[in-house]
Amino acid sequence: MAISWYRYASPATFLPVAERLAPAFAVAAALLALAGLYVGFVVAPTDATQGEAYRIIYIHVPTAWMAMFVYLVMAFWSALALAFNTRLSAMMAQALAPSGALMAFLALWTGAFWGRPTWGTYWAWDARMTSTLILLFLYFGVIALRNAIDDPRRADRACAVLTLVGAVNVPIIYYSVRWWNTLHQGASVSTAGSSMATTMLTGMLLMSLAAWMWCIAAALWRVGAIILERERGAAWVDALPAAKGAS
Amino acid sequence: MAIAQHDDPDAGGDALAGLAWALARDLRLALRTPSELGVQLLFYVVVVTLFPLATSPDRALLAALGPGVLWVAALLASLLSLPRLFALDLADGTLEQMAMSPRPLPGIVSGKILAHWLTTGLPVVLLSPLAALQYGLDAGEIGVLAAGLALGTPILSLLGAIGAALTLGVRAAGALVALLVLPLYVPVLIFGAGAVDAFRAGMAFDANLSLLGAGLIAATLGAPFAAAAAVRIALD
Repeated sequence: MAISWYRYASPATFLPVAERLAPAFAVAAALLALAGLYVGFVVAPTDATQGEAYRIIYIHVPTAWMAMFVYLVMAFWSALALAFNTRLSAMMAQALAPSGALMAFLALWTGAFWGRPTWGTYWAWDARMTSTLILLFLYFGVIALRNAIDDPRRADRACAVLTLVGAVNVPIIYYSVRWWNTLHQGASVSTAGSSMATTMLTGMLLMSLAAWMWCIAAALWRVGAIILERERGAAWVDALPAAKGAS
Repeated sequence: MAIAQHDDPDAGGDALAGLAWALARDLRLALRTPSELGVQLLFYVVVVTLFPLATSPDRALLAALGPGVLWVAALLASLLSLPRLFALDLADGTLEQMAMSPRPLPGIVSGKILAHWLTTGLPVVLLSPLAALQYGLDAGEIGVLAAGLALGTPILSLLGAIGAALTLGVRAAGALVALLVLPLYVPVLIFGAGAVDAFRAGMAFDANLSLLGAGLIAATLGAPFAAAAAVRIALD
């Protein structure tokens, strides 16, 4: 059966869908996180070289992946918003930005706590760390631009242009930083060096799925709030059962 | 929209005519307020002077810091001059007339960006050998630095134009444009300052300059369209 995508491009029809799907994704995130943490902290063996400290990998790597992935998804919705001038696409991009920034921040934070016992420093100008930091700045830029513009429709399109310009730049920034780092010093950490045990990989994949589900749930909740805030003058919002009870 | 003009066989000529017109106009306006241009340039000189005062006058240290400092100062000088690009034209309504003109807006925007570079980027390039002497760079290093700046500062103007157009008329535009644009400047900074380091280490520095050149071509082809789109968004 073909789903009518145009039907769900309307905020009025999408709001109930978002409100129904968000708890489902949140439950999936919780279950996957419980399973992932169990595998990661109980089942998986202690690392031969890093001891127990390595176990932060189960939070660090999934958040770092999601930080990059969420930016791609944001760029996708931004492109749709510019191409088709759909309000909901821009709202989705707006709803994703805080989740992406949170993931980038968590990746840096857990990275610092992982680096301290293993490298002996909270921060090194490692290529991945630096490019994740710049990615965090890009998220902050999009959020700040959104907050600085009062007209939501103008903010939608300005943020979409900025997100797309950033998306073109993200790979260039990543490779330039990596190249800069190799010029200055050898790579201080390499994931290729250690072959991971299967249980470790399972735990990491479970946690990645959990982070993914959580980002979807948070974005859906946020997009629901954005829809209600922006459409507060519309008749269909006044007709909602919750609005009737409040008035 | 510019896209609508693709059927027009004269669209390319129109774009070039718009570019030439905007270039001549912005250059004339800039030359009528030479003191403003002088202030931009002085800012660069003052920032470059502050670093030895903040660290130490040790020649070896300054030589090591030099290329990076000169590049960061060029970035800041470019950032400082970005409001000149569109804000005044928005305030007196000229920008709206440009957007309504039958000539493609990306062409006009390209002309404005070129004028911006000629009045703010090029003076920094020309001044950089003098500043580099203060940091004790030798002739070869100065040549590589100036070549890098000559290729890199136009990219700064091109990317900066997007940020300047996006922040037209918004609150705290000056600080916001820094947050939007500086992360995008990172590759230019790395390749530009890296060229001098590579030259110093006896490695092939032309790879850095080639990458800057490639970046310049890509930015020249892409940035005017993004900036023109941002101008239209700001005018709505």
